[in-house]
Amino acid sequence: MTTTKPLLTADHISKHFGGVRALHDISLHINEGEIYGLIGPNGAGKTTFFNCLTGLYIPENGIFTFDGKTLKADAPHLAAQHGIARTFQNIRLFGGMTARENVMIGQHVRSQQGVFGAIFRSPAAREEEAHIVRRAEELLHYVDIADQADELACNLSYGDQRRLEIARALATQPKLLCLDEPAAGMNASETAGLRTLIEGIRQDGTTILLIEHDVKLVMGLCDRVAVLDYGELICQDTPAIVQRDPRVIEAYLGSEELEHRHD
Amino acid sequence: MKLNTRLLWITLAPLLLALPFIAGLGGQAWVRILDLAILYVFLALGLNIVVGLAGLLDMGYIAFYAVGAYTWALLASPHFGLHLPFWVILPLGAGFACFLGVLLGAPTLRLRGDYLAIVTLGFGEIIRIFMNNLNAPINITNGPQGINLIDPVRIADFSFSGRTEFIGIIFTSPQKYYYLLLLLVALVIFVNIRLQHSRIGRAWQAIREDEIAAKAIGINTRNMKLLAFAMGASFGGIAGGVFAAMQGFVSPESFSLTESVMVLAMVVLGGMGHIPGVILGAVLLTILPEFLRFALVPVQTLLFGKVLVDPESLRMLLFGLALVLVMRWRPAGLWPARTGGKGGKAS
Repeated sequence: MTTTKPLLTADHISKHFGGVRALHDISLHINEGEIYGLIGPNGAGKTTFFNCLTGLYIPENGIFTFDGKTLKADAPHLAAQHGIARTFQNIRLFGGMTARENVMIGQHVRSQQGVFGAIFRSPAAREEEAHIVRRAEELLHYVDIADQADELACNLSYGDQRRLEIARALATQPKLLCLDEPAAGMNASETAGLRTLIEGIRQDGTTILLIEHDVKLVMGLCDRVAVLDYGELICQDTPAIVQRDPRVIEAYLGSEELEHRHD
Repeated sequence: MKLNTRLLWITLAPLLLALPFIAGLGGQAWVRILDLAILYVFLALGLNIVVGLAGLLDMGYIAFYAVGAYTWALLASPHFGLHLPFWVILPLGAGFACFLGVLLGAPTLRLRGDYLAIVTLGFGEIIRIFMNNLNAPINITNGPQGINLIDPVRIADFSFSGRTEFIGIIFTSPQKYYYLLLLLVALVIFVNIRLQHSRIGRAWQAIREDEIAAKAIGINTRNMKLLAFAMGASFGGIAGGVFAAMQGFVSPESFSLTESVMVLAMVVLGGMGHIPGVILGAVLLTILPEFLRFALVPVQTLLFGKVLVDPESLRMLLFGLALVLVMRWRPAGLWPARTGGKGGKAS
């Protein structure tokens, strides 16, 4: 199912925070249908890359081409409209709303109903609303938390919150789903469940960009992996090759002679 | 649930319709207080869209009320010699207020919480000061003296001032206004409920809960916030227009910061974002002080033989105390949307 048609191309992306070089000249491409891993030590710039891609940060340099179109950098809401959805490293749900409502909000960009439709409840608006509710139920089933539909998001267990965030992201009908450390804080069985879920999402035709610290998960799941270190892309290849790359090993484990390199 | 609400309406509707006559037994002053309470319910529900649903802390809401009131006052009084009809001025007042709402919203889009509160507070004061000083070099607002002899609401030949006899019952002016206001409140409740359970309302709640997450799932937060400001302001404008017509007189004094704070307190005290809560908050905060005003003097003379504390100052004291108590024991308001963490669908 993995094609060689690139869905996302990042071209020479750079982002600085004052004197800190968070991202330097990152170029990579993600093919349609792939699970693409983005790894690197803490502070390597993985989340910054996500934020640039989804429009929360504006990169100083470089452009993203998504699905044949150039992404406009300064409007986060457009990323979702183009078909890029994301989850957050520190879960960001609408805590005071139910799980169902969270997924309903996720469908915002794929629905049109405006003020007048809402107030006068036109047949079209009513139909759309019914569709939104149905779709929310389906998605809650899909991520296996349908029994929690009426629970407030903030009351869900940690693992279920992660799943709900994925359901909400899927509700935007993305072509590319970006997961920011979805397995963080999960135990082994939860991680195994998450792995099955991610594989299922890919089966159903969504390309996945995955930031993850759990190396076993990344290596087992991803078709290709990119490694960031100090804002630079040091390696981009299949997991088997990446694991053997000396620079990757050095970035993760450090090496005697290069210990002082960054001082 | 459904049956219960229907039952509630069946009992409540005749009571609401009869209320101005029950209050009228105690004198027309009580009917006027009732009118004021309903007007505040209307205002509070308008502000609820901005504060309760979208989570934008607006401390200058009374400015839109002022704009609506002055629009009515200028276009339907001897001041300019204009006497435009009701159905021209009210939409115009709502439109002006809406325009100002967007004007205020646009530069404050990046602000949240306390910062937004300060800017909107400043805006409210600016409008009031404008009203106070726009009597020179050209006299537009007549300054601190205000505008007098404002036309009442008149629909076709039916005037809301004076007495009218209808099927053998005499309706006084405040009683007639009561029904008009009740109709308007029904309208704003309807709009509130419909919006709350719609794509737009959910987007507002998403912005309130987490703005960054809202952006990430594709909500155009700029447009949605402007929409909330515009809608809230329009309702403020309508309320202002009716207020001007009902009182027959407007002056900048009526639109002070305290008024903004009062309306906000109604929303917060009642339960932000929850319509019955907001109604309760508005009614309590208008009616209770009036009760106190009536009750305090006799009670004090009975207990001490003379009036020890001026009712007006005691009123503010009790008001402050009530706010502190509510924030201590019911921080989500007297009647919040979702109690505790039990979940379940909001009604």
